[in-house]
Amino acid sequence: MTTTVTPTVTPRRPWVNRGKTLKDLIPTLLIAAALAALIVNFTGLAGPLGSYVAFVAAYLTVSFFFGLRHDKIKAFDKVMTTLVSAGFFTAFIPWVSILFTVFKRGAEAVYWGYFTSDMSITSGDDELNMGGLSHAIVGSGIILLIASLIAIPFGIITAIYITEIKGKLSGLVRVMIQSMSGVPSIVAGLFVFTVLVTGRGFSAISGAVALSILMLPTVARTAEEVLKLIPEDLRTSAYALGATQTATTFRIVLPAARAGLVTASMLGVARVGGETAPLIMTSFYLANFSTDTSGHPLASLPMYIYQNFTNGTDLALSRAWGGAAVLLTLIFIIFTIARLASGRAKG
Amino acid sequence: MDDATLKTGSNMNTDSHTAPQGGNPLDEGHVGINGLQTKGVHVWFNKHHVLEDISLDFPANSVTGLIGPSGCGKSTFLRVLNRMHEFIPGAAMAGEVFLDGKEIYAPGVDVTAMRLKVGMVFQKPNPFPSMTIGQNVLAGLKLANIKVKDKDSLLEECLTRAGLWKEVKDRLKTSGGSLSGGQQQRLCIARALAVKPDVLLMDEPCSALDPASTLKVEETVVQLSSDMTIVIVTHNMQQAARVSDHCAFFLSDGGPGVIVEADRTSVIFSTPSDPRTADYVQGRFG
Amino acid sequence: MTSGALSAFVVLALIAGFLFLRSSEVFRTFGFDFITTSKWDSGSVDDGRAPQFGVAAMLLGSIIVSTMAMIFALPFVMGTSLFLEYYISRKIRFVLVSILDLMAAIPSIIYGLWGYLVLMPYAAQWAASINKYLGWIPIFSVDRANFDASPFVASLVLCLMILPIASSVTREVYSRAPQDQITAAYALGASRWGAIRAVVLPFGLSGLVGGMLLGLGRALGETIAVLLTLNLVFEVKFQVLASAGGNVASLIASKFGEAGPLELKALMAAGLVLFVLTLLVNFGASLIVGRAARSTK
Repeated sequence: MTTTVTPTVTPRRPWVNRGKTLKDLIPTLLIAAALAALIVNFTGLAGPLGSYVAFVAAYLTVSFFFGLRHDKIKAFDKVMTTLVSAGFFTAFIPWVSILFTVFKRGAEAVYWGYFTSDMSITSGDDELNMGGLSHAIVGSGIILLIASLIAIPFGIITAIYITEIKGKLSGLVRVMIQSMSGVPSIVAGLFVFTVLVTGRGFSAISGAVALSILMLPTVARTAEEVLKLIPEDLRTSAYALGATQTATTFRIVLPAARAGLVTASMLGVARVGGETAPLIMTSFYLANFSTDTSGHPLASLPMYIYQNFTNGTDLALSRAWGGAAVLLTLIFIIFTIARLASGRAKG
Repeated sequence: MDDATLKTGSNMNTDSHTAPQGGNPLDEGHVGINGLQTKGVHVWFNKHHVLEDISLDFPANSVTGLIGPSGCGKSTFLRVLNRMHEFIPGAAMAGEVFLDGKEIYAPGVDVTAMRLKVGMVFQKPNPFPSMTIGQNVLAGLKLANIKVKDKDSLLEECLTRAGLWKEVKDRLKTSGGSLSGGQQQRLCIARALAVKPDVLLMDEPCSALDPASTLKVEETVVQLSSDMTIVIVTHNMQQAARVSDHCAFFLSDGGPGVIVEADRTSVIFSTPSDPRTADYVQGRFG
Repeated sequence: MTSGALSAFVVLALIAGFLFLRSSEVFRTFGFDFITTSKWDSGSVDDGRAPQFGVAAMLLGSIIVSTMAMIFALPFVMGTSLFLEYYISRKIRFVLVSILDLMAAIPSIIYGLWGYLVLMPYAAQWAASINKYLGWIPIFSVDRANFDASPFVASLVLCLMILPIASSVTREVYSRAPQDQITAAYALGASRWGAIRAVVLPFGLSGLVGGMLLGLGRALGETIAVLLTLNLVFEVKFQVLASAGGNVASLIASKFGEAGPLELKALMAAGLVLFVLTLLVNFGASLIVGRAARSTK
């Protein structure tokens, strides 16, 4: 028997052909750019956006004709790939713009005293090194705290009812939560306005109640998902030890789900932290720093932004952007922490 | 051990892109125009070596069965033959596959056109539920933008060859998902036939079917082999014995899968050369 | 515990019941006309004008602005969902999806701020172009060449706001398209788009519709973004490029401050109408998405 020494064989990926792809890509890009320049010149399309649209259209046409060298199906496939990718990137452009504008323009309003002063002695169109948004941050904090104190317990109890008690009305409760998440924020504000504000005036508590209506469904739904993830074994072993359902729920299941429930709460806060419409009708706005929860309106970050926007002068608008930057940062932080926590809880 | 019957790893002609010539006991005289051969094929998944040095010839107009215990890489090897293996993340390979004398992994090969010549039928029938029976059969034509003058006669021809025409000819406009398992599988065969492939790859096509449907599909396979090359992966030895003209026995000892023996079916089942083959076909393991 | 859980039910019933009770007087006085007439006038004792409340104009405004937002969003929802599920690798997908979810958390007031101060100049330009070439179509005509703060601009902002939700639902359904059929399509010689068209799009259709409806529900109830980007005029307006329009939510937000008792009840009636509308849309959406989820079993 002849023995042949088999040299070591290396794994390859012959289907990957980066060199060829690049070779096709560069001429396409160049021709498309030239074509786009022509289009911009001869039609009304102008400015950065016009050029972008012209370029995408040109690229589509050029890659289609290049693709026709092979066959129509491949050409069409290339066109669709470009369209789908363009769809995605175009959608991202506005968000990039929002983030960019918020932080660039917002930075103008931020100075050392921004977080420690309020607007009690400054007016919206005073110079930017005066005044601040301490009242708005604290106000938002208070309103959100009260809203959380209402919505989180109720939300978790609702979730417990659905997943642990599995009562006969579970289906109905779920539908209710679903419907509640569809309540327009203005309607929640209107409701609280007519019940708590008429005759008594704006207050932080009414703002908090309005926000809790919007917060409850988010907390309940996320909490439900979290509780469902807790393995059944945990409960059955508790029952086997003779525990009651209440004890099992509160001593075993809830602590096990602690991280997830915190996530649910934080997501609820992130969801309503930026709401303006309900606050217009309930807690409104106060230029002074205050911690009173009733008796008079209270500032909040969204209302700070809104008030400065309606003021309309350039300086006030800068303040509005400043408030937007602070609000966005806080919401992003809460959201990210919530997401990270939920990732760890699941993993 | 007879060198000539062993089809493992001695063919080191890996630098030429031409088809190997003769000297091959599976070869019944010529490597047909519509022939399919592999030379020294290795397969990896993420550095995990799953197939080693597979060199096989698939004679035209015959059925070749790939047999062996599960997990030896038979289905993976099948997917190398029509370049479906590359969809799996982490996939890598070495070696060559020749269709009609041309290497299908060569740079510049039109993969989608190649797949029209090498059709595939899967273990679980998968007709498109959003299409009618008629649309399902012709789906391949639509996807490849092939224009056909007489759609109806092509429809009838494919369904007849798949053994399904009589049962569905009155309900061509009903949904593809409304058929039984065996009927769905034959619909998938008809769909594969509509683009006129030279080779048909079948990955355990009967393992999800009841015995009656299995028999029907087996009849179809034998009939189809008169004008195309069929490669069928099967766990069912009796099926391999019934249906195939040649067999290749795959085995893995925990490492990559290799071909232990490849020969005419009659030889494999009655007088195999390798004791492991004998053990397998006699049911002592597998 | 049960009673605690039923809190949601209680709150919902309270809101609905309250709105209904208070607004019933309005419905009794004006009848069905409340929904069909478009004049909103709190009346004036001095001028001897009787109060007249009709929500038709603003209801129409809500529907027009939200529908336009949906139409603009559709190609981008499909594009984003397909791109994320079928055109990129898993690692990049994770990063991009996280960013997308983060965008969903941007508060509406910031959308409104950006929409008015950054987008508006561009949108006004585009509106002017549309008017120039397509102005012969009635909805694209304008009486005066002022393209700021139009329903068009508002709908662009709303489109951006509903993109994340609609994409997330659609993407989830697209990801569940049966892999074996996609493989079968490729084995038949399909290109990537061919396989998507044959398998993913038909499969994901109900998910797409459900996702778009969810977005519609969000757009219908949106107040502040519209308040900031739309010049509020409380009349029926079909000219989407012109600087006038409104929706029910902004009606409530702008009128509540000076509303007398009767007008307040009328506002509550308007709120009830809006609530019922969004409820129906959201309900329809969850039905459709639920059906899509069940059909994969």
